[in-house]
Amino acid sequence: MQDIHELTIICGIDKSGAKEDVEKIRICPGEIIGIVGPTGSGKSSLICDIEQLSQGDTPTRRKILINGKAPGRDIRTDPRKKRIAQLSQNMHFLADMTVEEFLRMHAKSRNRNSDTVEQVIDIANTLTGESIQPGHQLTILSGGQSRALMAADIAVISDSPIVLIDEIENAGIKKQEALKLLAAEGKIVLVVTHDPVLALMTKRRIVMRNGGVRQVITTSTGEMNVCSELVKLDNYMMSLRDTIRQGGLVEQAVVV
Amino acid sequence: MKLVVVAGTPGSGKTSVLMHTIRSLKQAGMSPAVVKIDCLWTDDDKRFERLDIPVRIGLSRDMCPDHFAIYNTDEMLTWAREQDAGVLINETAGLCLRCAPYPDGCLAVCVIDVTTGPNTPLKVGPLLTTADVVVATKGDIVSQAEREVFRERVNEANPGCRIIEANGLSGQGASELAEVISETPDVGQELNLRHNAPLAICTLCTGETRVAKKHHMGVLRHIDGFTEYRGE
Ligand SMILES: Nc1nc2c(ncn2[C@@H]2O[C@H](COP(=O)(O)OP(=O)(O)OP(=O)(O)O)[C@@H](O)[C@H]2O)c(=O)[nH]1
Ligand SMILES: Nc1ncnc2c1ncn2[C@@H]1O[C@H](COP(=O)(O)OP(=O)(O)OP(=O)(O)O)[C@@H](O)[C@H]1O
Ligand SMILES: [Mg+2]
Ligand SMILES: [Mg+2]
Ligand SMILES: [Zn+2]
Ligand SMILES: [Zn+2]
Repeated sequence: MQDIHELTIICGIDKSGAKEDVEKIRICPGEIIGIVGPTGSGKSSLICDIEQLSQGDTPTRRKILINGKAPGRDIRTDPRKKRIAQLSQNMHFLADMTVEEFLRMHAKSRNRNSDTVEQVIDIANTLTGESIQPGHQLTILSGGQSRALMAADIAVISDSPIVLIDEIENAGIKKQEALKLLAAEGKIVLVVTHDPVLALMTKRRIVMRNGGVRQVITTSTGEMNVCSELVKLDNYMMSLRDTIRQGGLVEQAVVV
Repeated sequence: MKLVVVAGTPGSGKTSVLMHTIRSLKQAGMSPAVVKIDCLWTDDDKRFERLDIPVRIGLSRDMCPDHFAIYNTDEMLTWAREQDAGVLINETAGLCLRCAPYPDGCLAVCVIDVTTGPNTPLKVGPLLTTADVVVATKGDIVSQAEREVFRERVNEANPGCRIIEANGLSGQGASELAEVISETPDVGQELNLRHNAPLAICTLCTGETRVAKKHHMGVLRHIDGFTEYRGE
Protein backbone atom coordinates (compact mmCIF):
# COMPACT_ATOMS: atom_id res chain seq x y z
CA MET A 1 0.00 0.00 0.00
CA GLN A 2 1.33 3.42 -0.93
CA ASP A 3 2.51 5.85 1.72
CA ILE A 4 0.68 9.12 2.09
CA HIS A 5 3.06 12.06 1.99
CA GLU A 6 0.62 14.81 1.11
CA LEU A 7 -3.07 15.62 1.34
CA THR A 8 -4.26 18.44 -0.91
CA ILE A 9 -7.54 20.33 -0.72
CA ILE A 10 -8.38 22.06 -4.00
CA CYS A 11 -10.95 24.61 -2.92
CA GLY A 12 -14.29 25.12 -4.67
CA ILE A 13 -17.23 27.42 -4.01
CA ASP A 14 -18.97 28.80 -0.92
CA LYS A 15 -22.69 28.87 -0.14
CA SER A 16 -23.24 31.86 -2.44
CA GLY A 17 -21.51 30.07 -5.30
CA ALA A 18 -18.47 32.39 -5.19
CA LYS A 19 -14.94 30.99 -5.34
CA GLU A 20 -13.36 30.32 -1.97
CA ASP A 21 -10.67 32.82 -0.92
CA VAL A 22 -7.96 30.16 -0.77
CA GLU A 23 -7.14 28.08 -3.83
CA LYS A 24 -5.28 25.13 -2.44
CA ILE A 25 -4.20 23.74 0.96
CA ARG A 26 -1.38 21.23 1.24
CA ILE A 27 -0.98 19.16 4.41
CA CYS A 28 1.89 16.84 5.32
CA PRO A 29 2.13 13.91 7.77
CA GLY A 30 2.74 15.03 11.36
CA GLU A 31 0.68 18.19 10.96
CA ILE A 32 -2.33 18.98 13.10
CA ILE A 33 -4.63 21.46 11.38
CA GLY A 34 -7.53 23.24 13.05
CA ILE A 35 -10.80 24.18 11.35
CA VAL A 36 -12.59 27.12 12.96
CA GLY A 37 -15.55 29.33 12.12
CA PRO A 38 -19.06 30.26 13.29
CA THR A 39 -21.79 27.60 13.53
CA GLY A 40 -23.10 26.69 10.10
CA SER A 41 -20.01 28.07 8.32
CA GLY A 42 -19.20 24.75 6.65
CA LYS A 43 -16.60 23.17 8.95
CA SER A 44 -18.26 19.76 9.00
CA SER A 45 -18.82 19.93 5.26
CA LEU A 46 -15.09 20.43 4.71
CA ILE A 47 -14.33 17.38 6.87
CA CYS A 48 -16.91 15.34 4.97
CA ASP A 49 -15.38 16.34 1.64
CA ILE A 50 -12.08 14.91 2.84
CA GLU A 51 -13.70 11.75 4.20
CA GLN A 52 -15.44 11.10 0.89
CA LEU A 53 -12.34 12.12 -1.09
CA SER A 54 -14.72 14.34 -3.08
CA GLN A 55 -13.92 14.99 -6.72
CA GLY A 56 -16.02 18.08 -7.39
CA ASP A 57 -19.18 16.02 -6.83
CA THR A 58 -20.47 17.72 -3.66
CA PRO A 59 -22.15 21.15 -3.29
CA THR A 60 -18.76 22.67 -2.36
CA ARG A 61 -17.16 21.43 -5.63
CA ARG A 62 -13.92 20.73 -3.74
CA LYS A 63 -11.40 18.17 -4.93
CA ILE A 64 -9.25 16.16 -2.57
CA LEU A 65 -5.93 14.76 -3.79
CA ILE A 66 -3.63 12.24 -2.19
CA ASN A 67 0.05 12.58 -3.07
CA GLY A 68 -0.97 15.13 -5.69
CA LYS A 69 -3.32 12.78 -7.54
CA ALA A 70 -7.05 12.02 -7.55
CA PRO A 71 -7.42 8.69 -5.71
CA GLY A 72 -8.94 5.73 -7.56
CA ARG A 73 -12.45 4.46 -6.91
CA ASP A 74 -11.51 1.52 -4.68
CA ILE A 75 -9.48 3.79 -2.40
CA ARG A 76 -12.44 6.17 -2.23
CA THR A 77 -14.99 3.54 -1.28
CA ASP A 78 -13.50 0.34 0.14
CA PRO A 79 -12.98 0.72 3.92
CA ARG A 80 -10.24 -1.91 3.70
CA LYS A 81 -8.24 0.41 1.45
CA LYS A 82 -9.44 3.75 2.68
CA ARG A 83 -6.79 5.44 4.79
CA ILE A 84 -9.07 7.93 6.52
CA ALA A 85 -10.70 7.81 9.94
CA GLN A 86 -13.46 10.25 10.86
CA LEU A 87 -14.97 11.17 14.19
CA SER A 88 -18.13 12.85 13.00
CA GLN A 89 -20.36 15.24 14.91
CA ASN A 90 -22.95 12.49 15.54
CA MET A 91 -23.32 11.76 19.23
CA HIS A 92 -25.32 8.53 19.12
CA PHE A 93 -25.28 5.09 17.60
CA LEU A 94 -28.45 3.86 15.90
CA ALA A 95 -27.36 0.24 15.33
CA ASP A 96 -29.29 -2.27 17.40
CA MET A 97 -26.33 -4.45 18.44
CA THR A 98 -24.16 -5.01 21.46
CA VAL A 99 -20.93 -3.06 21.78
CA GLU A 100 -18.90 -6.24 21.28
CA GLU A 101 -20.85 -7.45 18.23
CA PHE A 102 -20.56 -4.03 16.63
CA LEU A 103 -16.83 -3.68 17.20
CA ARG A 104 -16.25 -7.20 15.84
CA MET A 105 -18.14 -6.34 12.65
CA HIS A 106 -16.25 -3.09 12.34
CA ALA A 107 -12.90 -4.82 12.82
CA LYS A 108 -13.89 -7.25 10.06
CA SER A 109 -14.88 -4.44 7.70
CA ARG A 110 -11.46 -2.85 8.25
CA ASN A 111 -9.58 -6.18 8.01
CA ARG A 112 -8.49 -5.97 11.65
CA ASN A 113 -8.08 -8.74 14.14
CA SER A 114 -11.09 -9.10 16.47
CA ASP A 115 -8.93 -9.09 19.62
CA THR A 116 -8.75 -5.33 19.11
CA VAL A 117 -12.30 -5.23 20.51
CA GLU A 118 -11.29 -5.47 24.15
CA GLN A 119 -8.60 -2.84 23.63
CA VAL A 120 -11.15 -0.38 22.18
CA ILE A 121 -13.45 -0.77 25.17
CA ASP A 122 -10.55 -0.35 27.63
CA ILE A 123 -9.40 2.85 25.94
CA ALA A 124 -12.94 4.22 25.71
CA ASN A 125 -13.30 3.68 29.45
CA THR A 126 -10.28 5.88 30.14
CA LEU A 127 -12.07 8.79 28.41
CA THR A 128 -15.50 8.50 29.94
CA GLY A 129 -17.00 8.46 33.41
CA GLU A 130 -19.26 5.44 33.79
CA SER A 131 -17.71 2.40 32.13
CA ILE A 132 -18.90 0.75 28.93
CA GLN A 133 -19.38 -3.05 29.00
CA PRO A 134 -18.99 -5.37 25.98
CA GLY A 135 -22.54 -6.65 26.48
CA HIS A 136 -24.18 -3.19 26.53
CA GLN A 137 -26.58 -2.37 23.70
CA LEU A 138 -25.01 0.41 21.63
CA THR A 139 -28.23 2.39 21.63
CA ILE A 140 -28.34 2.75 25.43
CA LEU A 141 -24.92 4.44 25.63
CA SER A 142 -25.02 8.10 26.59
CA GLY A 143 -23.74 10.82 24.27
CA GLY A 144 -20.41 10.99 26.11
CA GLN A 145 -20.01 7.21 26.22
CA SER A 146 -20.81 6.89 22.51
CA ARG A 147 -18.33 9.62 21.73
CA ALA A 148 -15.60 7.94 23.82
CA LEU A 149 -16.27 4.62 22.09
CA MET A 150 -16.16 6.28 18.65
CA ALA A 151 -12.83 7.91 19.54
CA ALA A 152 -11.30 4.66 20.83
CA ASP A 153 -12.58 2.81 17.76
CA ILE A 154 -10.79 5.33 15.56
CA ALA A 155 -7.55 5.01 17.51
CA VAL A 156 -7.50 1.21 17.23
CA ILE A 157 -9.76 -0.30 14.55
CA SER A 158 -9.80 2.59 12.07
CA ASP A 159 -6.18 3.52 12.83
CA SER A 160 -5.37 5.47 9.63
CA PRO A 161 -2.77 7.94 8.40
CA ILE A 162 -5.45 10.63 7.96
CA VAL A 163 -7.65 11.46 10.95
CA LEU A 164 -10.63 13.85 10.90
CA ILE A 165 -12.14 15.01 14.17
CA ASP A 166 -15.38 16.98 14.41
CA GLU A 167 -15.81 18.71 17.78
CA ILE A 168 -14.32 16.41 20.37
CA GLU A 169 -14.86 19.00 23.13
CA ASN A 170 -18.62 19.06 23.58
CA ALA A 171 -19.32 15.55 24.87
CA GLY A 172 -17.95 15.92 28.38
CA ILE A 173 -15.09 13.52 27.68
CA LYS A 174 -11.45 14.35 28.37
CA LYS A 175 -10.72 16.37 25.24
CA GLN A 176 -6.95 16.79 25.54
CA GLU A 177 -6.48 13.05 26.22
CA ALA A 178 -8.81 12.22 23.33
CA LEU A 179 -6.87 14.46 20.96
CA LYS A 180 -3.58 12.93 22.07
CA LEU A 181 -5.00 9.46 21.51
CA LEU A 182 -6.23 10.26 18.00
CA ALA A 183 -3.37 12.45 16.82
CA ALA A 184 -0.61 9.85 16.95
CA GLU A 185 2.78 10.84 15.56
CA GLY A 186 3.22 11.03 11.81
CA LYS A 187 -0.49 11.37 11.03
CA ILE A 188 -2.33 14.06 9.15
CA VAL A 189 -4.93 15.36 11.59
CA LEU A 190 -7.73 17.87 11.02
CA VAL A 191 -9.70 19.05 14.04
CA VAL A 192 -12.92 21.05 13.83
CA THR A 193 -13.20 23.01 17.04
CA HIS A 194 -14.86 25.92 18.83
CA ASP A 195 -12.40 25.49 21.72
CA PRO A 196 -9.52 28.02 21.95
CA VAL A 197 -7.20 25.51 23.65
CA LEU A 198 -7.62 22.90 20.93
CA ALA A 199 -7.51 25.55 18.18
CA LEU A 200 -4.18 26.92 19.45
CA MET A 201 -2.72 23.43 19.92
CA THR A 202 -2.72 23.05 16.12
CA LYS A 203 0.06 24.15 13.81
CA ARG A 204 -2.21 25.97 11.35
CA ARG A 205 -5.90 26.72 11.31
CA ILE A 206 -8.37 27.01 8.47
CA VAL A 207 -10.91 29.81 8.94
CA MET A 208 -14.38 29.18 7.46
CA ARG A 209 -17.25 31.55 6.69
CA ASN A 210 -20.41 31.19 4.58
CA GLY A 211 -19.41 27.67 3.50
CA GLY A 212 -16.00 28.70 2.17
CA VAL A 213 -12.36 28.73 3.31
CA ARG A 214 -11.40 32.37 4.07
CA GLN A 215 -7.79 32.05 5.21
CA VAL A 216 -5.19 29.74 6.71
CA ILE A 217 -3.43 31.09 9.81
CA THR A 218 -0.15 29.71 11.11
CA THR A 219 -0.02 29.61 14.91
CA SER A 220 2.57 32.22 16.00
CA THR A 221 5.04 31.93 18.90
CA GLY A 222 2.94 34.49 20.78
CA GLU A 223 -0.15 32.32 20.32
CA MET A 224 1.76 29.24 21.47
CA ASN A 225 2.58 31.08 24.69
CA VAL A 226 -1.08 32.01 25.12
CA CYS A 227 -1.88 28.36 24.47
CA SER A 228 0.33 27.05 27.28
CA GLU A 229 -1.28 29.53 29.70
CA LEU A 230 -4.72 28.39 28.48
CA VAL A 231 -3.80 24.75 28.99
CA LYS A 232 -3.06 25.46 32.65
CA LEU A 233 -6.38 27.27 32.99
CA ASP A 234 -8.17 24.48 31.18
CA ASN A 235 -6.64 21.78 33.37
CA TYR A 236 -7.74 23.76 36.40
CA MET A 237 -11.28 23.96 34.96
CA MET A 238 -11.22 20.22 34.31
CA SER A 239 -10.17 19.45 37.87
CA LEU A 240 -13.01 21.62 39.18
CA ARG A 241 -15.38 19.90 36.80
CA ASP A 242 -14.28 16.50 38.09
CA THR A 243 -14.73 17.53 41.71
CA ILE A 244 -18.22 18.87 41.03
CA ARG A 245 -19.14 15.75 39.03
CA GLN A 246 -18.06 13.52 41.93
CA GLY A 247 -20.35 15.44 44.24
CA GLY A 248 -17.48 17.35 45.88
CA LEU A 249 -17.42 20.98 47.03
CA VAL A 250 -15.24 23.66 45.47
CA GLU A 251 -15.52 26.40 48.11
CA GLN A 252 -11.72 26.50 48.41
CA ALA A 253 -11.21 27.04 44.70
CA VAL A 254 -9.26 30.13 43.71
CA VAL A 255 -10.58 32.29 40.93
CA VAL A 256 -7.67 32.85 38.56
CA MET B 1 -33.24 1.84 -24.54
CA LYS B 2 -31.67 1.22 -21.14
CA LEU B 3 -33.85 0.08 -18.27
CA VAL B 4 -33.06 0.98 -14.67
CA VAL B 5 -35.25 -0.45 -11.91
CA VAL B 6 -34.89 1.34 -8.60
CA ALA B 7 -36.41 -0.43 -5.64
CA GLY B 8 -36.28 0.15 -1.90
CA THR B 9 -38.45 0.51 1.16
CA PRO B 10 -40.69 3.62 1.47
CA GLY B 11 -38.76 6.75 2.40
CA SER B 12 -35.35 5.19 1.81
CA GLY B 13 -34.37 8.10 -0.44
CA LYS B 14 -35.04 6.74 -3.94
CA THR B 15 -36.52 9.93 -5.37
CA SER B 16 -33.99 12.20 -3.64
CA VAL B 17 -31.02 10.26 -5.05
CA LEU B 18 -32.67 9.95 -8.47
CA MET B 19 -33.28 13.71 -8.72
CA HIS B 20 -29.52 14.31 -8.51
CA THR B 21 -28.75 11.32 -10.73
CA ILE B 22 -31.13 12.50 -13.46
CA ARG B 23 -29.45 15.92 -13.46
CA SER B 24 -26.10 14.20 -14.03
CA LEU B 25 -27.57 12.02 -16.80
CA LYS B 26 -28.99 15.08 -18.56
CA GLN B 27 -25.66 16.86 -18.29
CA ALA B 28 -24.04 13.84 -19.92
CA GLY B 29 -26.45 14.24 -22.83
CA MET B 30 -28.74 11.32 -22.07
CA SER B 31 -32.52 11.62 -22.10
CA PRO B 32 -34.14 9.88 -19.14
CA ALA B 33 -37.84 9.20 -18.58
CA VAL B 34 -39.30 8.10 -15.24
CA VAL B 35 -42.19 5.88 -14.26
CA LYS B 36 -43.10 5.75 -10.58
CA ILE B 37 -45.11 2.74 -9.42
CA ASP B 38 -46.79 3.09 -6.06
CA CYS B 39 -49.72 1.50 -4.23
CA LEU B 40 -52.18 4.17 -3.22
CA TRP B 41 -50.71 7.63 -3.54
CA THR B 42 -47.53 9.40 -4.57
CA ASP B 43 -46.34 12.93 -5.28
CA ASP B 44 -43.05 11.78 -6.75
CA ASP B 45 -44.36 12.71 -10.22
CA LYS B 46 -44.47 16.38 -9.20
CA ARG B 47 -40.90 16.19 -7.94
CA PHE B 48 -39.62 14.53 -11.10
CA GLU B 49 -41.53 16.94 -13.33
CA ARG B 50 -39.43 19.77 -11.95
CA LEU B 51 -36.54 18.22 -13.88
CA ASP B 52 -38.38 18.77 -17.14
CA ILE B 53 -38.40 15.12 -18.23
CA PRO B 54 -41.25 12.75 -19.25
CA VAL B 55 -42.87 11.34 -16.08
CA ARG B 56 -45.65 8.84 -15.58
CA ILE B 57 -47.18 7.21 -12.52
CA GLY B 58 -48.93 3.89 -12.04
CA LEU B 59 -50.91 2.93 -8.94
CA SER B 60 -51.28 -0.77 -8.21
CA ARG B 61 -54.10 -0.25 -5.66
CA ASP B 62 -55.03 -3.65 -4.19
CA MET B 63 -52.30 -5.52 -6.05
CA CYS B 64 -48.69 -6.16 -5.15
CA PRO B 65 -46.90 -3.12 -6.61
CA ASP B 66 -44.01 -5.31 -7.72
CA HIS B 67 -46.29 -7.68 -9.66
CA PHE B 68 -47.97 -4.66 -11.16
CA ALA B 69 -44.62 -3.17 -12.18
CA ILE B 70 -43.41 -6.45 -13.67
CA TYR B 71 -46.26 -7.12 -16.07
CA ASN B 72 -46.43 -3.45 -17.04
CA THR B 73 -42.74 -3.25 -17.96
CA ASP B 74 -43.46 -3.69 -21.68
CA GLU B 75 -45.98 -0.87 -21.66
CA MET B 76 -43.58 1.38 -19.78
CA LEU B 77 -40.81 0.70 -22.31
CA THR B 78 -43.17 1.41 -25.21
CA TRP B 79 -44.23 4.67 -23.59
CA ALA B 80 -40.60 5.68 -22.96
CA ARG B 81 -39.70 4.96 -26.61
CA GLU B 82 -42.56 7.23 -27.68
CA GLN B 83 -41.01 9.96 -25.53
CA ASP B 84 -37.68 9.47 -27.36
CA ALA B 85 -36.04 8.57 -24.07
CA GLY B 86 -32.70 6.80 -23.94
CA VAL B 87 -33.11 5.50 -20.39
CA LEU B 88 -36.26 4.40 -18.63
CA ILE B 89 -35.99 4.70 -14.86
CA ASN B 90 -38.64 2.81 -12.94
CA GLU B 91 -38.97 3.77 -9.28
CA THR B 92 -40.99 1.08 -7.52
CA ALA B 93 -42.77 1.12 -4.18
CA GLY B 94 -40.86 -1.85 -2.79
CA LEU B 95 -43.26 -2.75 -0.02
CA CYS B 96 -43.32 -6.48 -0.53
CA LEU B 97 -39.97 -7.85 0.55
CA ARG B 98 -40.66 -11.25 -1.03
CA CYS B 99 -40.74 -9.81 -4.51
CA ALA B 100 -37.89 -8.32 -6.48
CA PRO B 101 -39.10 -6.47 -9.54
CA TYR B 102 -35.84 -6.76 -11.49
CA PRO B 103 -35.81 -8.34 -14.94
CA ASP B 104 -32.52 -9.58 -16.37
CA GLY B 105 -30.99 -7.04 -18.73
CA CYS B 106 -31.94 -4.07 -16.55
CA LEU B 107 -29.73 -2.27 -14.09
CA ALA B 108 -31.15 -3.33 -10.74
CA VAL B 109 -30.68 -0.69 -8.05
CA CYS B 110 -31.66 -1.25 -4.42
CA VAL B 111 -31.82 1.89 -2.27
CA ILE B 112 -31.43 1.23 1.44
CA ASP B 113 -31.40 3.61 4.40
CA VAL B 114 -28.36 3.19 6.68
CA THR B 115 -30.23 4.51 9.72
CA THR B 116 -32.47 1.41 9.75
CA GLY B 117 -29.52 -0.44 11.26
CA PRO B 118 -27.01 -3.08 10.15
CA ASN B 119 -29.50 -5.96 10.41
CA THR B 120 -31.67 -4.51 7.63
CA PRO B 121 -29.56 -5.91 4.75
CA LEU B 122 -30.34 -9.39 6.11
CA LYS B 123 -34.08 -8.67 6.16
CA VAL B 124 -34.82 -7.23 2.75
CA GLY B 125 -34.24 -10.44 0.79
CA PRO B 126 -34.21 -10.63 -3.03
CA LEU B 127 -34.73 -6.87 -3.32
CA LEU B 128 -31.13 -6.55 -2.13
CA THR B 129 -29.57 -9.92 -2.92
CA THR B 130 -30.41 -9.80 -6.64
CA ALA B 131 -29.49 -6.12 -7.15
CA ASP B 132 -26.49 -4.99 -9.22
CA VAL B 133 -26.05 -1.76 -7.29
CA VAL B 134 -26.88 -1.10 -3.66
CA VAL B 135 -27.23 2.59 -2.82
CA ALA B 136 -26.82 3.24 0.91
CA THR B 137 -28.45 6.56 1.89
CA LYS B 138 -28.53 8.82 4.95
CA GLY B 139 -24.96 8.04 6.00
CA ASP B 140 -24.79 11.66 7.17
CA ILE B 141 -26.83 10.70 10.23
CA VAL B 142 -24.55 7.94 11.55
CA SER B 143 -20.86 7.56 12.40
CA GLN B 144 -18.24 6.35 9.96
CA ALA B 145 -17.97 3.08 11.90
CA GLU B 146 -21.70 2.45 11.50
CA ARG B 147 -21.52 3.13 7.78
CA GLU B 148 -18.68 0.65 7.46
CA VAL B 149 -20.47 -2.03 9.48
CA PHE B 150 -23.57 -1.51 7.33
CA ARG B 151 -21.50 -1.87 4.21
CA GLU B 152 -20.01 -5.10 5.51
CA ARG B 153 -23.49 -6.50 6.05
CA VAL B 154 -24.53 -5.55 2.51
CA ASN B 155 -21.41 -7.31 1.24
CA GLU B 156 -22.35 -10.43 3.16
CA ALA B 157 -25.90 -10.42 1.80
CA ASN B 158 -24.91 -9.66 -1.81
CA PRO B 159 -21.18 -10.30 -2.31
CA GLY B 160 -20.98 -9.22 -5.96
CA CYS B 161 -22.84 -5.92 -5.80
CA ARG B 162 -21.45 -2.44 -6.20
CA ILE B 163 -22.13 -0.34 -3.14
CA ILE B 164 -22.59 3.41 -3.56
CA GLU B 165 -22.78 5.59 -0.48
CA ALA B 166 -25.17 8.35 -1.41
CA ASN B 167 -26.77 11.35 0.20
CA GLY B 168 -30.17 12.36 -1.12
CA LEU B 169 -29.78 15.87 0.28
CA SER B 170 -26.30 16.82 -0.92
CA GLY B 171 -26.23 14.63 -4.03
CA GLN B 172 -23.15 12.68 -2.94
CA GLY B 173 -22.91 9.42 -4.92
CA ALA B 174 -25.36 10.53 -7.62
CA SER B 175 -22.70 11.10 -10.27
CA GLU B 176 -21.31 7.63 -9.60
CA LEU B 177 -24.78 6.12 -10.06
CA ALA B 178 -25.22 8.12 -13.28
CA GLU B 179 -21.91 6.73 -14.52
CA VAL B 180 -23.01 3.14 -13.85
CA ILE B 181 -26.30 3.83 -15.65
CA SER B 182 -24.54 5.21 -18.70
CA GLU B 183 -22.39 2.05 -18.88
CA THR B 184 -25.46 -0.22 -18.78
CA PRO B 185 -26.27 -2.00 -22.08
CA ASP B 186 -29.69 -1.63 -23.73
CA VAL B 187 -32.46 -4.06 -22.71
CA GLY B 188 -33.21 -7.01 -25.00
CA GLN B 189 -36.57 -8.19 -26.35
CA GLU B 190 -37.40 -11.09 -24.04
CA LEU B 191 -37.20 -10.05 -20.40
CA ASN B 192 -37.15 -12.61 -17.61
CA LEU B 193 -37.37 -12.03 -13.88
CA ARG B 194 -34.22 -12.61 -11.85
CA HIS B 195 -36.15 -13.93 -8.91
CA ASN B 196 -39.40 -15.92 -8.87
CA ALA B 197 -42.39 -13.98 -7.63
CA PRO B 198 -43.70 -15.67 -4.48
CA LEU B 199 -46.58 -18.14 -4.27
CA ALA B 200 -49.93 -16.43 -4.58
CA ILE B 201 -52.33 -19.30 -4.32
CA CYS B 202 -53.95 -18.89 -0.94
CA THR B 203 -57.63 -18.10 -0.52
CA LEU B 204 -56.85 -14.60 0.76
CA CYS B 205 -55.55 -13.81 -2.70
CA THR B 206 -58.99 -14.54 -4.10
CA GLY B 207 -60.97 -12.47 -1.65
CA GLU B 208 -61.57 -14.62 1.46
CA THR B 209 -61.78 -12.26 4.46
CA ARG B 210 -62.48 -14.63 7.36
CA VAL B 211 -59.39 -14.99 9.50
CA ALA B 212 -59.48 -18.53 10.95
CA LYS B 213 -57.31 -21.12 9.18
CA LYS B 214 -60.25 -23.52 8.71
CA HIS B 215 -61.64 -21.21 6.03
CA HIS B 216 -58.50 -21.37 3.95
CA MET B 217 -57.32 -23.74 1.24
CA GLY B 218 -54.28 -24.12 -0.95
CA VAL B 219 -50.71 -23.91 0.32
CA LEU B 220 -50.81 -23.02 4.02
CA ARG B 221 -47.75 -22.47 6.16
CA HIS B 222 -48.15 -22.78 9.93
CA ILE B 223 -46.37 -20.46 12.30
CA ASP B 224 -43.92 -23.27 13.16
CA GLY B 225 -42.95 -23.49 9.49
CA PHE B 226 -44.95 -26.66 8.69
CA THR B 227 -46.40 -26.34 5.19
CA GLU B 228 -49.48 -28.26 4.04
CA TYR B 229 -51.71 -28.35 1.03
CA ARG B 230 -55.44 -28.32 1.68
CA GLY B 231 -57.88 -28.85 -1.15
CA GLU B 232 -58.45 -31.07 -4.13
N1 LIG C 1 -30.47 13.00 6.21
C1 LIG C 1 -30.77 12.50 5.02
N2 LIG C 1 -32.05 12.52 4.60
C2 LIG C 1 -32.34 12.01 3.39
C3 LIG C 1 -31.33 11.44 2.56
N3 LIG C 1 -31.94 10.99 1.42
C4 LIG C 1 -33.25 11.28 1.54
N4 LIG C 1 -33.51 11.89 2.71
C5 LIG C 1 -34.84 12.32 3.22
O1 LIG C 1 -35.64 11.17 3.38
C6 LIG C 1 -37.01 11.44 3.06
C7 LIG C 1 -37.56 10.45 2.02
O2 LIG C 1 -36.87 10.62 0.80
P1 LIG C 1 -37.49 10.24 -0.62
O3 LIG C 1 -36.45 10.49 -1.65
O4 LIG C 1 -38.83 10.85 -0.82
O5 LIG C 1 -37.67 8.67 -0.44
P2 LIG C 1 -38.34 7.60 -1.43
O6 LIG C 1 -37.60 6.33 -1.25
O7 LIG C 1 -38.39 8.14 -2.81
O8 LIG C 1 -39.81 7.50 -0.80
P3 LIG C 1 -41.13 6.85 -1.47
O9 LIG C 1 -41.11 7.15 -2.92
O10 LIG C 1 -42.25 7.53 -0.75
O11 LIG C 1 -41.06 5.38 -1.16
C8 LIG C 1 -37.02 12.89 2.58
O12 LIG C 1 -37.45 13.68 3.66
C9 LIG C 1 -35.58 13.18 2.22
O13 LIG C 1 -35.26 14.54 2.36
C10 LIG C 1 -29.96 11.44 3.04
O14 LIG C 1 -29.02 10.96 2.39
N5 LIG C 1 -29.75 11.98 4.27
N1 LIG D 1 -19.71 25.49 0.06
C1 LIG D 1 -20.99 25.18 0.36
N2 LIG D 1 -21.95 25.24 -0.58
C2 LIG D 1 -23.24 24.94 -0.27
N3 LIG D 1 -23.66 24.55 0.95
C3 LIG D 1 -22.75 24.48 1.93
C4 LIG D 1 -21.37 24.78 1.69
N4 LIG D 1 -20.69 24.61 2.85
C5 LIG D 1 -21.61 24.23 3.78
N5 LIG D 1 -22.85 24.14 3.22
C6 LIG D 1 -24.11 23.77 3.93
O1 LIG D 1 -24.25 24.60 5.07
C7 LIG D 1 -24.81 23.90 6.17
C8 LIG D 1 -23.97 24.05 7.42
O2 LIG D 1 -22.67 23.50 7.21
P1 LIG D 1 -21.87 22.64 8.29
O3 LIG D 1 -22.76 21.66 8.97
O4 LIG D 1 -20.67 22.10 7.62
O5 LIG D 1 -21.47 23.78 9.34
P2 LIG D 1 -20.53 23.71 10.64
O6 LIG D 1 -19.54 24.80 10.49
O7 LIG D 1 -20.00 22.35 10.84
O8 LIG D 1 -21.55 24.09 11.79
P3 LIG D 1 -21.53 23.68 13.37
O9 LIG D 1 -20.50 24.52 14.04
O10 LIG D 1 -22.92 24.02 13.79
O11 LIG D 1 -21.25 22.21 13.43
C9 LIG D 1 -24.95 22.45 5.70
O12 LIG D 1 -26.29 22.20 5.34
C10 LIG D 1 -24.03 22.35 4.49
O13 LIG D 1 -24.50 21.39 3.55
MG1 LIG E 1 -20.36 20.90 12.26
MG1 LIG F 1 -40.04 8.32 -4.06
ZN1 LIG G 1 -45.13 -9.11 -3.76
ZN1 LIG H 1 -52.39 -14.96 -0.76
